[in-house]
Amino acid sequence: MNPFRYEPASDAATAVALLARAPNAAFLGGGTSLVDRMKIGVATPDPLVDVSRLPFNQIERLPDGGIRIGAAVRNSDLAADRTIRERVPVLAQALLAGASGQLRNLATTGGNLLQRTRCLYFQDLTKPCNKRTPGAGCSARDGYNRNLAILSTSEACIASHPSDLAVALAALDAVVHVQGPKGEQTISLGDFYRRPGDEPWRDTVLEHGDLITAVEVPPLAYATHSHHRKVRDRASFAFALVSVAAALDVADGIVRDARIALGGVAPVPWRASKAEVALRGAPATEETFARAADAELADAQPLPGNAFKVPLARRVIVRTLLDLTEGYQ
Amino acid sequence: MSRRERQNLGSARSSDPPSVATPVPMAVAQPRPGVVTVTLHVNGVDRSLTIEPWITLLDAFREHLGLTGPKKGCDRGQCGACTVLLDGRRVTSCLALAVAHQDAQITTTEGLGTQENLHPLQQAFIAHDAFQCGYCTPGQICSAVGMLCEAQAGWPSAVSLDLTANQVTLDADEIRERMSGNLCRCAAYANIVPAIQEVAS
Repeated sequence: MNPFRYEPASDAATAVALLARAPNAAFLGGGTSLVDRMKIGVATPDPLVDVSRLPFNQIERLPDGGIRIGAAVRNSDLAADRTIRERVPVLAQALLAGASGQLRNLATTGGNLLQRTRCLYFQDLTKPCNKRTPGAGCSARDGYNRNLAILSTSEACIASHPSDLAVALAALDAVVHVQGPKGEQTISLGDFYRRPGDEPWRDTVLEHGDLITAVEVPPLAYATHSHHRKVRDRASFAFALVSVAAALDVADGIVRDARIALGGVAPVPWRASKAEVALRGAPATEETFARAADAELADAQPLPGNAFKVPLARRVIVRTLLDLTEGYQ
Repeated sequence: MSRRERQNLGSARSSDPPSVATPVPMAVAQPRPGVVTVTLHVNGVDRSLTIEPWITLLDAFREHLGLTGPKKGCDRGQCGACTVLLDGRRVTSCLALAVAHQDAQITTTEGLGTQENLHPLQQAFIAHDAFQCGYCTPGQICSAVGMLCEAQAGWPSAVSLDLTANQVTLDADEIRERMSGNLCRCAAYANIVPAIQEVAS
């Protein structure tokens, strides 16, 4: 690991100020992603500003029915929370599908959103990677890309986003609360992540010194009918090849509304807006669900190593929506 | 009990001298830049050590405190051999910086039982022959201790059919899922699962 100075932050303003005057500084949450990257030399922050003990460790039920999740809430506590399990099961399921019990006990809500791709070339200092070194080239495009993206990739980068939690939050229209050198702001999850374009080294719209303080999940009555399904190369403790987070509102056999987000298939948690449009007002049948999946996946640009993800994503979308429809029968 | 069993369970014998880190004399007596004084509460004892901020809990245990129960497998949070309990919660100590966990009560495998009075999970691992080489065993046992507390608290897992159930029934599938952060290259899983199940029931 690179030598660094360790600064435990006493409050958010101090933490933000510490970063603002140190261009190489980084916030430390649970460390499960950042410390790992530091060990392999992909991240070399100095100083490391520990924000894990800031008072952002509450899960609040808001008067409007929404839920505000503090950025320092551990993944395990969030997944076990009664309100989360009852009102937004998709969120608990996404968390429980990620990492291991040990990692979920350390990992924070804010840190989870800022973890970086597990593309093998990004993690290998001996291989060119545009996300790690701007302009170096992409090793994945002609290399091992089984686990990488099929939607919204660019010439520069085909990395897939690793977070399961972010996929559920994308489906739920979550809002990220940020405190930074320029003050406080809220960013909808749909605007939070950047598609790679020709600047794949910028994962999010955050500027240096911006600190996530909370994530807010707005009220959504039919989120009680939500589900997360993840397909991976082994049964547990692996990143998604394809995952689907969905909520479905069905009445009299007709889809009134739907939320769908996909993981493992794009550089960002992928909100399947085209599929949602195809679902609204249509009969809740397998044919409708397949048509909606096809509408979303028509834009896919798979490579030989990950072309299997197109039919796989189609099947996982259909199966997830069928399961949710059964909940209304 | 065989020598292998003694080693792998990590329990101190009463005849053993107290495990106190032996300070390594430095070749040149110059202060190391960036070192910090850290106090860790390990197995009920406060231990003070002078280390760099980038020393992980795992390296602090093994290289500075003489606690070699937690094992270094992958050193990247993927194998679980370094699992210890922080305030009763299982974590991978290879990804936790020692300087950042001075407020936690830490339990390593050495703190779980004694030679005369083994922890029930240590006893069950012996009874079920739940290890072969034993390298992953301290992590498996610490992880199982934390996992049983999580199940006791009603935490669901990815294979729980009823996400809102108040009580968790730890069948073999539940145990496998909840223990998926602990790898065993000898594949002793067939005996690890029943060992844990015995203590769970």
